[in-house]
Order: sequence, then structure tokens, then C-alpha cells
Amino acid sequence: MTQNDVIIRLQNVSKAFGGKQVLDNISLDIKKGEFVTLLGPSGCGKTTTLRLISGFTTPDSGTVYMDGKDISGIPPYKRPLNTVFQRYALFPHLDVYDNIAFGLKLAKVPEKEIEQRVRKVLKMVSMTDYEDRDVESLSGGQQQRVAIARALVNQPKVLLLDEPLSALDHKMRQDMQIELKEMHQKLGITFIYVTHDQEEALTLSDTIVVMNEGKIQQIGTPADIYNEPVNSFVADFIGESNILNGTMIEDRKVNFIGHDFPCVDEGFGTNNPVDVVIRPEDIYIMSHTENAQFTGKVTSCIFKGVHYEMLVDTDSGYELMIQDYNAFEPGSEVGMIIKPVDIQVMRKERLCNTLEGVMTDDSHVEFLDGEFECGAKAGLEGGDPVTVEIAFDAVELLDHQEEGQIAGEVHSILYKGDHYHLIILTESGGYLYVDTQDIWDKGDLVGITIKPSDIKLSKRNDN
Amino acid sequence: MTIKRSSWSIPYLIFLLIFVVLPLVLIAIYAFQDGEGGFTFENIARFFTDQDSLSTFALSLEVAIENTAICLLLGYPAAYILARKDLNRSAVTVILFILPMWINALMRTLATAELFNVMGVTLGKGTLLFGMAYDYLPFMIYPIYNTLNKMDKSYSEAAEDLGATPGQVFRKVTLPLSMPGITSGIMMVFMPTVSTFAISEFLTNNKIKLFGTIIQENINSSMWNYGAALALIMLVIIGITTLFNDEDEAGKAEGGLI
Repeated sequence: MTQNDVIIRLQNVSKAFGGKQVLDNISLDIKKGEFVTLLGPSGCGKTTTLRLISGFTTPDSGTVYMDGKDISGIPPYKRPLNTVFQRYALFPHLDVYDNIAFGLKLAKVPEKEIEQRVRKVLKMVSMTDYEDRDVESLSGGQQQRVAIARALVNQPKVLLLDEPLSALDHKMRQDMQIELKEMHQKLGITFIYVTHDQEEALTLSDTIVVMNEGKIQQIGTPADIYNEPVNSFVADFIGESNILNGTMIEDRKVNFIGHDFPCVDEGFGTNNPVDVVIRPEDIYIMSHTENAQFTGKVTSCIFKGVHYEMLVDTDSGYELMIQDYNAFEPGSEVGMIIKPVDIQVMRKERLCNTLEGVMTDDSHVEFLDGEFECGAKAGLEGGDPVTVEIAFDAVELLDHQEEGQIAGEVHSILYKGDHYHLIILTESGGYLYVDTQDIWDKGDLVGITIKPSDIKLSKRNDN
Repeated sequence: MTIKRSSWSIPYLIFLLIFVVLPLVLIAIYAFQDGEGGFTFENIARFFTDQDSLSTFALSLEVAIENTAICLLLGYPAAYILARKDLNRSAVTVILFILPMWINALMRTLATAELFNVMGVTLGKGTLLFGMAYDYLPFMIYPIYNTLNKMDKSYSEAAEDLGATPGQVFRKVTLPLSMPGITSGIMMVFMPTVSTFAISEFLTNNKIKLFGTIIQENINSSMWNYGAALALIMLVIIGITTLFNDEDEAGKAEGGLI
């Protein structure tokens, strides 16, 4: 890729609001004419990224480039790009024509030309004859079209769209997706689109940027992101998937759900723990068990319009989701096969909780703003900085916050076939990763305790 | 026996009849009666032929317009600053601006008059306008602040996104969108200033007489019929100014006070 192809470049951009890191050292190149989608759950930093590009937010550190020029300090009204706002933000005191002509009038475009351009853009969004209408009398879909027209009429180099379809109903949203895609192809300008809807992102984009917790998780084409997610977050967020703990026995051989499977992945070492992703439609299910790689019993079967979605308990006690065009009755014994190419192996982001702490005396350690008993450890005394390691399944969660040594909130939940992997946001703002059999809901407030014997300490050298 | 829901409003209807409709009817009757109780247009005609009454009326309008203008010029920037989250982070400042409304206007006016006496300022039109602006400023600030505060920030962002400088954003978007608050504020300041008499009495030592003052003087000296006629005329004039506001009825409710 040559330098000239890049229209927007974010370089090592960070941003914090009120002490909370919203963007953490993000770098991103957006090519001319691309349809790029920033995708992630709410609070992942996607809207902040868009606002950095439009200029409503300035980065704490790092640089925003447009056409190779640093635009970090340039106010929004001087940037040659336009935004379609989430709730349209059409001016209620102006009619459709004046809303669309707003930018052109400011730019002192001759009246004749304004009229031509407004009519042309109204035709493009199929809103001819609506010039004199009061914007508040329009339906959501029509307001959406006017908002797009108001941005496009200025012929921006880049069009920014901030969840533009989120206020529309399902049918309308699908129609607008097709129209947006057509507009993008016809105009050839760069679209940067923000959404939390993975389906929308897969439908529209040339490139998807998956974000979470202020970091870019993966950049790729929709097919790349779907077929080869780089970590369990991306796999879980995009589409349905079975995410399982596995062990890479050797190159091209992985063990999970108690069986060895041939796969196509190499370079993960030997006997290393990994995450394995299997899409529900990639598991072949059959009524006979000979020649099957593993067997199981169907526990539920739901018709989903085109396919059936089944839950199967495997012979080794894991639960898998399987999609197939044929229905298998609950209770029936089935055999299953997974093709090597359909097994997606990912490096684990972490194997246990690793935290920084300080010894308060020779048998207590403080971390995540809580003090924990850890038993006397040789060579450690009060004031020593330490690295604390706690296994995922050693963290106990309690129903009441006050019962725990520290308190937290369930931040996200991932089902791993035979247990749940939770991320707990503690009151100190730090994260704890927990494996549990118990069922929790997102947002549950929990107390947290850890047995002294499960806290592993090693002395940390600060220098 | 069940009471129909619609009958809940009966006590309020009775209240309205006794304390609003009846007095209005009485004013109208008195205004068109002579001393002996006979029907006459004399009282109305007297106002339009009496040079003193007419000039007092003109002065009242002038003072009311001036006061409204002063309140708007002082109040809009104050409301704007209060509503901007980046300029004003505390709700306390808003309360401080509204706080004088908690104290009786008469007491504030008396205190202001005393203050001028102590400072040795000659009472006159200047002190009158000062007192009025002091009394009525919160009534201008609050509805404008309310409108600005509720205004979706994305409007000004959209304008800036389309190339408007901060000055243009204000002129083309913020100001037009705050018009409901402005009209509401103007009504709340203009109407009571036209009919005020206490402020002019205390802050000018009765040197300047306003329309409210002569109504009060007529009623006090038992000239009920002429007083009623003057009150009726004022009512009609205020009624006319409300008509200007009619098209903004929806906005007025939104920007309304208290």
C-alpha cells in the first residue's frame, strides 16, 4: 500500500475521559474510497474514534492525519469531511431544502448552484418534492435520508456515519443498508461507519475494525473476521460460535472437548493451552455414530427459518451449538465430525490473572484496592512490590458485594462448553478473569474472595 | 356511589369562577358604569382624552420595553454561560441566579431603595430601571436557560460539522432554536412591568408615575369606575401582546417558568 492511498491515518492515539482510558494507543490506516466499519460493543471507543476524525474530540496523545497532513488541532468546521449523526440532528427551524443547503450557504456557493446541487442530492436519496417540508413532519427513514443528503451535498472527501440506522425498524434498516452500499459504490468516497451491529458491519463493509475496551482487536475483510477471528472476543462478538479451551498437542493436532482433532494450524508450540473456535454450521452432525470423531446426545432443537439450531451434550460432558438443515430430535444419539480447516485455533490472551500488588506485612498482600491474606512467604515482607498470580478458577464469586474481600460487577460472559469465563470489573477499576460453573448475568454485583493458598506471589523489581 | 372522574375538576371550576371570572366581570361592569350605576362609555373616553393618563401610559410602555431590553441583554449571555457545561459545571450557580425569586419582590425593592438612600443616589428613572431589572432578571434568565439546557448538543455539532464557525453556529442555530425561551422570557418580564406600581413608588419616591400607579391611586381614592376602566384597558393591551406569542405556544410551555 502506498502512502497516497491512505486518506485517514490515526497514529498511536490515546484518549481518556475522567480518568477512564477510552482509547488506548490506537493506530489505523483508512484507504481512499474504502467502506470502513468501526465495530464493537458500547463503550469500546468506536464513537470516540469517529469524533477524533471529525474533530469534536482531540487526542490526549498521538496524531490524526488526513491526506498526510496532521489535522489533530484543526477544528471540525475546517475539516473537509461531514457526519451523519446518530439521531440525524436535522435543524428543526429549517425546512428540508434549507437543512441541506446549510453547508453550501456557509461556503458562499452561488444560489443557482446551491439549488442544482440540493435537487440532485434529493434525487439521489429519493426525496424529490420534499424541499419545502418541515423536517419534524418526516418519518424516521425520511429524516435519515435528509441527514445523508445534508452531508453528501458538500461533496466531502470522507463521510462519517455514527450508528445512522440504529433508530430505524428492522425492515427499513435493511433497505437503507442496500441504499448506503449503492451510494458508496456510486460516489466512490470514503465511508467511515460506526455500529454495534455485527450483521450490519458484515453486510456493508470492505474493511471491519473490531474494537473492545479502547483497543483494536482485529482489522480485516468481513470474511477474514468471520472465518479467522484472532481472539475469543472477536469470535464471540461476530456471529454465533462455540469457544472452547484446548491444548495444542503439536503442529496440526489440537485437543479439545476431550478428543484430539487434526487441524491446519502450526506454530503454537507443543502442549500449549489455546482457545478453539468452531462455528455452529461447521460441525457435521449425523444419526449414526460409526466414523464419527465424537458422539453426543441432542438436548434441544429449534427451527430458525432456514436451519435448525441444536444443543448437543458430547460424550465428554461439553455442550456444543450446532446448526444444520436437518432436524435431530432431542434425546437422539448423534455422531459428529469437524473438518480440520473449520477449526480456528487462537493463542490465549492470558492464562491466569496477573496483577501488581504490594505486601502490607509478611502475610498480607494488597491488590485491586483490597487486602488479602496470603500466608507467610519466605523472602517477602511489608512494603515489597509483588506480582500476584491467581488461576481463573481460584476466584470465588459471592452473591453479596459486602461478603467479599473486594467488590465488582460482571462485565462480560463467555460460555466455553462446560463452564463460563467471566470478566469482572472490580471497584478499583481493574479486571479479574474468572472461570465458574455458576450462572451469572451481565451487570450482576458480586463480592470476590480468594483463598490464601490460591494467591501466588513473586517479588517484582520496579527498576 | 362512585364519583365520576370528570367531577374532580368541580372545585377548581368553582375557584376559577370566584377568583378569576367574577372579578373580571366586575371590572368590566364597573368600567362601564357612572357614579350612579348607569351605563356609560365616559370612563373609557376619559382615558383617551386625558393627556396625563395617555402620557403615563406611554411612559409605562417605554419603561417596560426598556426594562425588557435590559433584562434580555443581561439575561441571554448569563443563561448561555449557565447552560454551557464547559463554562459552568455547577448547578449552584444556576440556583444563585434564581435565588432572588425566593424572596418577596416588595422586600427586595424596599431594600434596594434603602441601599440607594444610604449611598446618596438620587432616585429617578435610572434607579427605577435598576430596580426593575434586578427584580425581573431571573424571569428572563430561567426560561432561556431552560431552553438552551434542553437543546440537543448535536444541533450545534451538526452546524460546525457543516462548516459553521462558532459565531455562525450561534447565529444560525443556537439563537433561532432558543427563540421559544426568549419569547417566554419577554412575556414574563414585559407583562408584569407594565402593571407594576410598587417599584416606581419606592424607587422614585413617586416622582415617576406608571400606569399601575394611577390605577392604584384611583382605586384607593374610591374612584372605582375610572380605575376599573384603566385596568380593563391594560388587560386588553396585555392580551394583545400575548397574541404575538400565540404561534410559539408549544415552545412557551417548554420554556415556561416554575
